[in-house]
Amino acid sequence: MSKEYETVIGLEVHVELNTKTKIFCGCSTAFGGEVNEHTCPVCTGMPGSLPVLNKEVVNKAIAVGLATNCDITRNCKFDRKNYFYPDNPQNYQISQLYYPICRNGYVEIETEEFGKKKVGIHEIHMEEDAGKLVHDEFMDCSLVDFNRSGVPLIEIVSEPDMRSAEEVIAYLDKLRLIIQYLGASDCKLNEGSMRADVNLSIREKGAAEFGTRTEMKNLNSFKAIARAIENEKERQIDIIESGEKVVQETRRWDDNKEYSYAMRSKEDAQDYRYFPDPDLVPIVIDDAWLERIKADQPELRDEKRIRYKDEFELPEYDIDIITGSKKMADLFEETIGKGANPKKVSNWLMVETMRLLKEHDMDADDISFSADNLAKLIALTDSKAINSSVAKEVFEHIFAENIDPDKYVEEHGLKTVNDEGALRETIIKIIADNPQSVADYKGGKEKAIGFLVGQTMKAMKGKAEPGMVNQILKEELAK
Amino acid sequence: MTITDETIDYVGILAKLELSDEEKARAKKDMSDMLDYVGKLNELDTDGVEPMSHTFSINNVMREDVVTNGDDRENMLLNAPEAKDGAYVVPKTFN
Amino acid sequence: MSLLELTAVELGNKIKNKEVSSVEATKEALASIKAKEERLNCFVTVDEEGAIKRAEKIQARIDKGELTGSLAGVPVGIKDNMNIAGMLTTCSSKILYNFKPTFNSTAVEKLMNAGAVVVGKTNMDEFAMGSTSETSYFGPTKNPWDLERVPGGSSGGSAAAVAANEVPFALGSDTGGSIRQPASFCGVTGIKPTYGRVSRYGLIAYGSSLDQIGPLAKDVRDCATVLEIISGKDDKDSTSVAEAGADFTSALVDDVKGLKIGIPKTYFSEGLDASVKENVLKAAKTLEEKGAIVEEFDLGLVDYAIPAYYIIASAEASSNLERFDGVKYGYRTDSFLDLHNMYKKTRSEGFGAEVKRRIMLGSFVLSSGYFDAYYMKALRTKALIKAEFDKAFEKYDVILGPVAPTTALKLGESLSDPIKMYLGDIYTVSVNLAGLPGISLPCGFDDKGLPIGLQLLGKHFDEKTILRAAYAFEQTKSYECSAIAKEV
Repeated sequence: MSKEYETVIGLEVHVELNTKTKIFCGCSTAFGGEVNEHTCPVCTGMPGSLPVLNKEVVNKAIAVGLATNCDITRNCKFDRKNYFYPDNPQNYQISQLYYPICRNGYVEIETEEFGKKKVGIHEIHMEEDAGKLVHDEFMDCSLVDFNRSGVPLIEIVSEPDMRSAEEVIAYLDKLRLIIQYLGASDCKLNEGSMRADVNLSIREKGAAEFGTRTEMKNLNSFKAIARAIENEKERQIDIIESGEKVVQETRRWDDNKEYSYAMRSKEDAQDYRYFPDPDLVPIVIDDAWLERIKADQPELRDEKRIRYKDEFELPEYDIDIITGSKKMADLFEETIGKGANPKKVSNWLMVETMRLLKEHDMDADDISFSADNLAKLIALTDSKAINSSVAKEVFEHIFAENIDPDKYVEEHGLKTVNDEGALRETIIKIIADNPQSVADYKGGKEKAIGFLVGQTMKAMKGKAEPGMVNQILKEELAK
Repeated sequence: MTITDETIDYVGILAKLELSDEEKARAKKDMSDMLDYVGKLNELDTDGVEPMSHTFSINNVMREDVVTNGDDRENMLLNAPEAKDGAYVVPKTFN
Repeated sequence: MSLLELTAVELGNKIKNKEVSSVEATKEALASIKAKEERLNCFVTVDEEGAIKRAEKIQARIDKGELTGSLAGVPVGIKDNMNIAGMLTTCSSKILYNFKPTFNSTAVEKLMNAGAVVVGKTNMDEFAMGSTSETSYFGPTKNPWDLERVPGGSSGGSAAAVAANEVPFALGSDTGGSIRQPASFCGVTGIKPTYGRVSRYGLIAYGSSLDQIGPLAKDVRDCATVLEIISGKDDKDSTSVAEAGADFTSALVDDVKGLKIGIPKTYFSEGLDASVKENVLKAAKTLEEKGAIVEEFDLGLVDYAIPAYYIIASAEASSNLERFDGVKYGYRTDSFLDLHNMYKKTRSEGFGAEVKRRIMLGSFVLSSGYFDAYYMKALRTKALIKAEFDKAFEKYDVILGPVAPTTALKLGESLSDPIKMYLGDIYTVSVNLAGLPGISLPCGFDDKGLPIGLQLLGKHFDEKTILRAAYAFEQTKSYECSAIAKEV
């Protein structure tokens, strides 16, 4: 009979901070641009160049640390991590080992399987990103682009507190939201601004000791993470069951083939010879600095949830969805700021926006329409200038192309006809053309009016206001 | 301290140096002599002494988050042993 | 009298007074280099054409009254580990045989802004690792006092070029004595400033926590003048500082009355050449006669400085030199199997024996299992050594001693036994560990007619006091400082 196993998971999450410049030089961190356009002697490792720390990186790292309940290291330092690789221009990465900026924090997560729990954060440290390597098929060589070299990263190292893929995803989602709300990064897994390496080991249920862990890299989506965890769990159990030992190693996940392989190399000693970087001086963080960061901290998700409930009386579920993405919460608040009714804004986000996101397999973070246009649309419906079905149609264009609804409605002649005379004329004609329905209605079949409304809307090409149609119909039928 | 062939090979991997047999023999002797010599530090009681990186206490040297660097890639690339389409060329790597 | 026998400040005055033009002075320096280089090999690169063009431009600005500083129009040699945009910068290594930086080191740029005319890049021990200038890929530099002997190192090219009147002054760098020791061997004056005084931006690093740029020149005034120009806080070097007391030339007063000078007894024990000892103690006597209070004292931990130094410097060097990998600049091996083979072949072919020796040692002391025992131990020792100096400087304004145990050694004499060579750094390395300023100036000759150096050490950022003491001593000298050596 097979034994019961427990999966023990810890995460190393890299987050690219969205500063304007790199961590140690004044090069832009902008995406795009030509190969090596955003480079200088510092971020290409030219001899004689020296790093100078970007203050904003420290500010953002402290903000993340405070929001994840960490102790801030009051005297933190940078170390060099030495290893040769072509995307690493100095062949050492400036990172933090001995005195990382944050330590000993946690975030709270909730899953169906295990309920609420705290996931410990061992440390958060600042470091520089590497460049990009592209394989050149034609020349059978690799090309190095240092545009991303020196982009600031924070690495958030969790305690081995997670036990399932669900918890891992809940943890990542929690981190993502905290960091997005802080405005420190957009945290997109698929674009690499958030990267997660999974440390996983297996032990028998109830065992006190941890098993040997492996580190899984190249996980570019929540789905890939879940699949890789499942796969690695099975792989390790198989090894243990067959009486072999798990080897401590770094593995790379191939999400297309759904398997991982060891990144072993004779040339890869994994002995990084960390030592304090003599080119940089300590960062001393005093109370005043911490207070400044705290004062500047924007409203985080949990605070927002409470406020939305008190201020807007939205249902819990809607609040969850709307605050489940910084993008959506911002959109919600901005639209309200333009005078729209909160319940109506929430309704547009909860129903139509969510429907279209799902339809296009998109995330809330991918929303590209403006609060301005949503507010205008709501104003058009409020003033009954357009009816709800036209509004839905217009919204699809707002969602897809961020069109200006005022202009769109104007150009496409979608305004509700408010000319009572014209509407009454149409209705009189409809009544005359449909004696059976009129007879049914008059005979007590109230529902028959629905057909007449439909016929009227059809004749008006949808541009009539349904309330008004109903009222005039009733008046005319009463005659 | 005796330095073995394995140690020399291992340090060679770390430092990316490939030594000839003759150089290896020399390196073994040099390193072992040197480690014996610097082992002299063990005579000192350094318990409780804070390791000193810099001899003066300056800290918080930082710059503002303002883009200052222009594009100098062409001059930089002139130094590259091999370049293509604005990139540095290296032997094929898998990542 | 040749223009090149003048000190840099004297020559600068002549240019200012229109007695001579910068172009003439530069041409004379270039001619002197041409005439002597075959024997001395002080330069890796001589930029004849560029130097004359620069001199012409500088002269035009002097004529317009835009450049009025003491060194405007004066030629200078720069050690080949300092970047000059577009000029070959090799660190005397094969691995950088074709490297042209895209930016100027701050110290050089400050000199250029002051109107100095760079004529070329001086030879050195490869990556500044050595005390003889023999480890250069471009061949050894010879000592102008005796061509059979080394000029010291690692700034041997700079020291020899000044001693041989090829240039009035030069810049060097000092990680464990690399300005002071060649100054001593070549009979010139050199100062290693307090760590942080001069920006390291553009200096190709050897031991980043120890490296400092400083002048090598004919006298104390030249040194003070150059230092005044190149020092100061630089936004590009996080370890450079804006300290007061940088008006160095104001310290040049012939007055040491009441100055407290300490002589570490341990510096005069075994291993010190008799004539060096005699001349250095004579110098102390001279200062005493001029009113200084001179006392012997016990400086502790002297014997621990070299081990601590070689651990720290090698460790930092092993990391600093990782960037030389055949990808972005410099040498790349001709044929290779794959990436790591390319790295290994490039580095093994590109670095010389001494550099490889220190990279190996440095990588080892940082490696897993040895880091605490060696590297951290050395950093703790450094703290203790610094504390010893702090204690001494509570009592004394200046510490006086020799620069090196001997005068210039014969070529080839020290390369065979590395540890023996390292032991020659005994009087210089502790200054780097403690981050202190130190000046080396001539104080006599040995029986072979070779110059002997006197070293004066000061408190942090108190270069002015050692400059004053050095200046006062210099006023008593009865011999010609510059060699213009009979041999050349």
